[in-house]
Amino acid sequence: MNGRAMNGGSTWRAWLSTDTPQSRMQARLGRAWSGWLAFRRNRLAMAGLLIVLGLVVVAALAPLLAPYHPYEQDLANRLQPPGALHWLGTDSFGRDILSRLIHGARLTLMIVALVAATAPVVGLLIGTVAGYLGGWVDAVLMRITDIFLAFPKLILALAFVAALGPGIENAVIAIAITSWPPYARIARAETLTIRRADFISAARLQGASSARIILGHIVPLCVASLIVRVTLDMAGVILTAAGLGFLGLGAQPPLPEWGAMIAAGRQNVLEQWWVAAMPGLAIFVVSLGFNLLGDGLRDVLDPKGD
Amino acid sequence: MTEQGMIGIENLRVAFGQGADSVVAVDGVSLSVRDGESFGLVGESGSGKSTVLRAVSGLNHDWSGRVAVAGVEQSRRRAKGFFKTCQMVFQDPYGSLHPRHPVDRILAEPIAIHGLGDTDGRIDRVLLEVGLGPSFRFRYPHQLSGGQRQRVAIARALVLEPRLLLLDEPTSALDVSVQAEILNLLRRLRAERGLTLVLVSHNLAVVANLCDRLAVMNRGRIVEEMTVEDLRRGEAAQPYTRQLLRASQGYDRAAAESFRDFA
Repeated sequence: MNGRAMNGGSTWRAWLSTDTPQSRMQARLGRAWSGWLAFRRNRLAMAGLLIVLGLVVVAALAPLLAPYHPYEQDLANRLQPPGALHWLGTDSFGRDILSRLIHGARLTLMIVALVAATAPVVGLLIGTVAGYLGGWVDAVLMRITDIFLAFPKLILALAFVAALGPGIENAVIAIAITSWPPYARIARAETLTIRRADFISAARLQGASSARIILGHIVPLCVASLIVRVTLDMAGVILTAAGLGFLGLGAQPPLPEWGAMIAAGRQNVLEQWWVAAMPGLAIFVVSLGFNLLGDGLRDVLDPKGD
Repeated sequence: MTEQGMIGIENLRVAFGQGADSVVAVDGVSLSVRDGESFGLVGESGSGKSTVLRAVSGLNHDWSGRVAVAGVEQSRRRAKGFFKTCQMVFQDPYGSLHPRHPVDRILAEPIAIHGLGDTDGRIDRVLLEVGLGPSFRFRYPHQLSGGQRQRVAIARALVLEPRLLLLDEPTSALDVSVQAEILNLLRRLRAERGLTLVLVSHNLAVVANLCDRLAVMNRGRIVEEMTVEDLRRGEAAQPYTRQLLRASQGYDRAAAESFRDFA
C-alpha cells in the first residue's frame, strides 16, 4: 500500500522532471516544478511563504477565528493588558485587539492585492514600450515617470487622497498612482538590456509586430524581476496605507486597519504599550514575510540566474 | 527575376553614428548572388561583412544604396511578406533563442504571424528535417546542447519556407565536431530545398566547404571576388587575400612578421 503510494509519487515526479515532455502543459508544469524545488531549498523563503499564506488564511476565516466582534465596545474593560480573556489586550474603547487584528488582515490583504494588480502592470507596460520603441516615445514616457518620481510618495498620495476624499479605496488608488514609476524604470532598464538580443532580432525577422515582441518576448523576461520587486515593495505599501490611516486619510474609524489602530494607540503608548505595539507587530511580521518571500522568488525567477 | 539573381546590391553604404563620430562600416559594396547559389562573404572582424547581411535582412535601417532581394527592390522598412522569402540564422545559438520559450513556441510563432495554418504538422516536419525528433518539441533551450540549439534556430528560419537563407557565422560558436554536423545539415537542406545561401564567416575552411563563390571584404569594401576553386588553389589576385589565406593556414613567425595593414 505504502509502496504503491510512493511509486505513484515517483512516477509523478519523473513525469514532471522529464527531459522530453510530450505536451505544452507538461513542459510548463515541469518548469514550475523545478522552480518549486529550487524555492523549497530556501528555508527563509519558505518561512516568508508560510507567513503570507497564514495572512491569507486568517483573512479568509476572520469571522471564525476572531473571539470577539471587532466593533464590540466594552467601556468597563478598556485598556486591559493582555490576559486570558483578551489575549492581546483591549483598546481605549474596550475592543478586543486580537479580533481587530484578525479582521484587519482582510483590509491589509485587499490593499496589497489591489496595488499589486494595478501599479506593476501599468509600470511594466510603460517601461517596456518606452525601452523597446526608444526615440521620442521613450523621452515622453520617461519624463512623465520622472515627474511622478520627483514627488515624495507619501506627499503625492496625500494630495491625491485629499482631492479624492478620504477612504480606503481612494488610499489604494493613491498608492497605486504613486508606486508605478519605479516599476516603469525597472522594466525599461531590463528592456534595454534585451532589446538588442539576437532572439529579438530573430522575432523581427519573422515579421513580428512591435506589440507582439513587447508582449510575447520582452514582458515575460521583465515579469520575473518585477514580481520580486513587487513582493519586496509590499511592506512599503502596507506602511504607506498605515501612514495614510494614521493621518486619518486612509481607513476611517471604526475599520480595524492596522495603521489606524497604531494611531489610536499613540496617546497611551507609554502606559498601555500593547494598544500600539500589537498592530505594529502584525505589520512587522507581514512585511517581513513579504520580504523573505521576495528574496526567495528572486533566486527562482531571476532569468540571469539561469 | 532570374536575370537579376536572388540578391543584387549596388553601392551599399552603412554608417553608424552621426556627424564627427560617424563610422563608415560598409563603404560602397556592390555584389550579386544568383538564384540557388551559395555565396560566402569573408573578412576579419570589423570588415563589415555582418553589416552587409543585416542590411539585406532588414535588421539595419540606416543604409543607402540599392538592395534587391528576389528581384524586388527593397526599402529600408520591410513588408511582412519579405520575411517569407528571406530568413537568417545567427552566430550565437545561446543568444538567438528566447530563454523562456519552448521549442514548440519558437517554431509556432512565425507560423502564427504569417497565418500559415497546420501548425502541428509544420513543426513536426521541420524538426525532422533539421535532424531533431518530435521528442525535442516541448523542451526549453536550456535543455538543449549548442548544436541542438543551432538546429532549432535553423528550423525556425526554415519554417517559413524561405528561398534565401542568410547565415551569420552559423558555426563559429560551436565545437569543431558539431560544426561539421551543422555544415552537412546546411548542405543537405540547400540541395533538398534549392535554397540560396549567403554565408558570412571569418573561417575560410567553412566557406570552402559550403560555398561556390566568395567575396573578400576589408574595411568596409570588397577587395576581391573569387570562386572556391581559386580559393582552394590559393590563387588570389590581391595581396590582402593572400595574407588572409596565409593567416588561415596557421601562424608561424615568418608569416606573422610579414603581415601588413591594408588600409
